[in-house]
Amino acid sequence: MWKWLHPYASPEKAYQLSTTLFPWFAVLGFSLTLIGTIWGLMFAPTDYQQGDSYRIIFIHVPAASMSMSVYVGMAIASFIGMVWQLKLADWSAAAMAPVGAVMTFIALITGSFWGKPMWGAWWVWDARLTSELILLFLYLGVIALYASFEDKVVAARAAGILAIVGVINIPIIKYSVDWWNSLHQGSTIKITEKSAITNDMLYPLLMNIFGFGLLIGAIVIMRFKAEIIARSGMRPWVKTMALEGENK
Amino acid sequence: MDKSNQLSYCRGFFTVLKRDVAIALRQRGDIFNPLLFFIMVITLFPLGIGPEPNTLARIAPGIIWVAALLSAMLSLERLFKADFNDGTLEQMLLSPQPLTILVLAKVLAHWILTGLPLVLISPLLALLLNLDHQAYLALVLTLLLGTPVLSLLGAIGVALTVGLNKGGVLLSLLILPLYIPILIFATSAIDAAGMSLPYDGQLAIIAAMLAGSLTMAPFAIGAALKVSTN
Repeated sequence: MWKWLHPYASPEKAYQLSTTLFPWFAVLGFSLTLIGTIWGLMFAPTDYQQGDSYRIIFIHVPAASMSMSVYVGMAIASFIGMVWQLKLADWSAAAMAPVGAVMTFIALITGSFWGKPMWGAWWVWDARLTSELILLFLYLGVIALYASFEDKVVAARAAGILAIVGVINIPIIKYSVDWWNSLHQGSTIKITEKSAITNDMLYPLLMNIFGFGLLIGAIVIMRFKAEIIARSGMRPWVKTMALEGENK
Repeated sequence: MDKSNQLSYCRGFFTVLKRDVAIALRQRGDIFNPLLFFIMVITLFPLGIGPEPNTLARIAPGIIWVAALLSAMLSLERLFKADFNDGTLEQMLLSPQPLTILVLAKVLAHWILTGLPLVLISPLLALLLNLDHQAYLALVLTLLLGTPVLSLLGAIGVALTVGLNKGGVLLSLLILPLYIPILIFATSAIDAAGMSLPYDGQLAIIAAMLAGSLTMAPFAIGAALKVSTN
């Protein structure tokens, strides 16, 4: 496996691979999100208890689950970058951070839109909400730390350490609804047992979760490519590529 | 290196600890300024909110703990700064002693100089804020268990930003989110004690945080210092 992976440690190969993968992620992610959103918002049945306002779930849950997944991905990439000194892993972590921060923000905002009709308040100081807010602060801390170093190699190391320390928050968010008596409802999708949600609602929701995941993959790939170009602008292959683009 | 010249881990630890305490005792401002800041912040609340005793008693745990967090932030900034500027830190990195032990000694020195005085003065401030007398013990215990965690977690942030000129504001952005869990459990313990409810659960969680950060934070601090000094 290492032999097969090895060539992609070079920025040029990684750039080419990203270019090949990008359309797949973008097209699949966009169409899944589109279908899932339209299905969820227009055709899925109305909830007997929450009425139509439950429909924000089709945005809220994918965004929230992605906010945590992206953080874990960023921490893993930072860890790989720190242990094996792979600069590409550092760059991919830098590409992920702002995307994850935006997802966290979307999850918080849609959550408060949902909270207003259901709980009668835009915001409550509840375990799930507070830990998600801490996640946003952690993202912002990582981004600010990365931005404040001139030398981006050092910046990636420093931000990576902070990202790894912050992983402690992820299980807290995940299990906050089980550990505390939370106003936030428990999770309805279960992997090992039957989900507590009807299939008519589950399928569009799952579609949106995968769609969001792929779409985020596409955005991260795009940012990753930009990062590669920015960090290796002096390399011959970048220059040749730029010249080819001009001549076309 | 000759074996007889080598310091044992224990001696290395206490040498750094003694050195840091001695330096701080020669510049007493380093001890008193964060403590004065702590007292000043707490004094501002009754003036701003009004001297109503019941209101003050209700918000006292939160005020004392938030003031403790802020004064920890204020004092942490200097934890590695002087050593970084005069090159002592690099010598520590080069020394045969494990960095984790030296770092732990520095953090412990910081806690003795800034955390411990805060614990000692807290009952007095609780008196000023009209806190329930049942809650005094809880306040002291949470501060005793919690302030070392503040020093340990804070040191990670300081180690990351020590090479930067504008570290101050950034430090608070990095560290305050990590402080939030301690704040939540500490204040809920004090609240429970004020209502004569058992609070050993919250104390156990703070103690678990202390055990966790005591064993893991020194490695993170060491790694961060290596990054910062390059």
